[in-house]
Amino acid sequence: MSKSTEQQFKPNLAVDVAGLKLKNPIMPASGTFGYGEEYSPYLDLNQLGAIVTKGMSLNPKAGNNTPRICETVSGMLNAIGLQNVGVDAFIKDKMAFLANYDTPVIVNFFGNTQEEYGEVAARLDDVPGVAALEMNISCPNVKQGGIVFGTEPQAAAEVISLVRKRTSKPLIVKLTPNVTDIQVMARASEEAGADALSLINTLTGMAVDVKTRKPRIANTIGGLSGPAIRPVAVRLVHQVVQAVKLPVIGIGGITSAVDALEFLIVGAKAVQVGTANFVDPTAMATIIADLEKFCIDDGITDINALIGSLEL
Amino acid sequence: MPDLKTVVLSNQEIAPGYYRMKILAPGYTQLSSPGQFVMLRVQNSLTPLLRRPLGIYRVGFAPADCDTLPPKEFVELIYKVVGSGTEIMRELEVGAPVELLGPLGTGFEFGAAGTEKIMVGGGIGLVPLYMLAQELVKTSAVKLLIGGRTRDDIILASEFERLGVKVEVATEDGSMGTKGLVTKILEQQLDVSKQTEVFACGPMPMLDAVEKICTSREVPLQVSLEALMACGVGACLGCVVKGEGHTSSEPNYLCTCTAGPVFDATNLDWKKTAAIKMAGGGK
Repeated sequence: MSKSTEQQFKPNLAVDVAGLKLKNPIMPASGTFGYGEEYSPYLDLNQLGAIVTKGMSLNPKAGNNTPRICETVSGMLNAIGLQNVGVDAFIKDKMAFLANYDTPVIVNFFGNTQEEYGEVAARLDDVPGVAALEMNISCPNVKQGGIVFGTEPQAAAEVISLVRKRTSKPLIVKLTPNVTDIQVMARASEEAGADALSLINTLTGMAVDVKTRKPRIANTIGGLSGPAIRPVAVRLVHQVVQAVKLPVIGIGGITSAVDALEFLIVGAKAVQVGTANFVDPTAMATIIADLEKFCIDDGITDINALIGSLEL
Repeated sequence: MPDLKTVVLSNQEIAPGYYRMKILAPGYTQLSSPGQFVMLRVQNSLTPLLRRPLGIYRVGFAPADCDTLPPKEFVELIYKVVGSGTEIMRELEVGAPVELLGPLGTGFEFGAAGTEKIMVGGGIGLVPLYMLAQELVKTSAVKLLIGGRTRDDIILASEFERLGVKVEVATEDGSMGTKGLVTKILEQQLDVSKQTEVFACGPMPMLDAVEKICTSREVPLQVSLEALMACGVGACLGCVVKGEGHTSSEPNYLCTCTAGPVFDATNLDWKKTAAIKMAGGGK
């Protein structure tokens, strides 16, 4: 192939995650992209592989006290506390805006009880424009729910089975890294009926103001995100890919195409970009453009050839 | 609200610990309104990771490098060195690349033309009041009450005076102006003038005191708040403050970055303002 024809080909970036057809493997991580609208002045949402919303609960949720965030080395701690408008207000007020785009919308949700998980999933099931559900069983920042379901395989299996019965949409289960053996949780989720897994949610962390001797966030303990956690996330995605047949969406500290490629190479079918959106509202557009450039430079015609291509 | 990859035009110390930075910012003279802020990325690295929210001091045009070029449109920030981000800012030289997201947020309402306007500020809290003063002096008599611990904390007084603003100073140690808190001279002012509107930006204890003084006298008050922010565009929900009537069952959290940073005082919950760490410029 001559140099000029090499430069002319357009690599395929489209991937398939549990039947979801994505233009490319890049999407935001829940909670870092609002309801999509907040970033629309900076980024063409049609460029994205998918949009992932802030986590929805049955009733509106106030969230935690402030301060809710603090910066740490190459990362940040947050304890927002899943503040959200509630699933009914979301369907009524937020979905209409997202309907302006042809990008699949993945709605993240959670509950305080099994019944609440099931009810939220059911209410989203017949909403036009909801392409898939991402079930958060891993938020470290709320007392009830969330993390309880994410750290006990039996509890995870029960709530996933229940949700599975209440939705026909593809069901992505979002896992926490704050467990002894993530492969156990991944297998439990697979057996209970998940269609895909996404990981990792934040690592629990803490920071202290040495002058006031107080925790730097009001909740004392928060979730650590950002580039600092990426090697941990890559390791966990690698382990989960070994343990299950389900497609995996990699999350954790991605700020560049090279970071995203690490996850794809260990076997993630797609990735979510989180904290980087705060730093640079155009981060995902840059990552998509650089992924394409990487493929062109390396003569890769289809990004799927990279997925799971790890050489051991 | 463009996201500009741009450069530093100047960066100088104006008082011990306080710096003035001009950044090339096409469009800002049209886009910016008093009380708005920018999110500044001080270097393209992962530490520090997040941008810094910084109040806009003023916007304008600087002379071009030669006659054939257009003047350079700039945004000017005044910052105090308080942490790793502002440490890096201090070292930035002319021409240094920065990323500038803004102007962001909801700024000041100018109030009724002709009625007396009193601005109250301390330290870096004076920053967002400058553009406000530029507007208010067009139609109203404007006073600025500046508070600080010692005379070293009193910055920018002559800049405001040059706009035609009458400036009064209070220092806790009496080294400049009236001895005591700035709220003392605010009370004295409000005792003699009835038709007044107040605009305040400064440390949270000062804003708390100003709110009590204004509310008890039924004087309209707008405050500019500072909060820790990750995104600046209403997505992260890290910078929220409790709004009027907030309860845990019926939450009324307001994003400082979008609903603020300037709030009508009646829209905030003053019972629980301890949740807000500081008020003023940036970190």
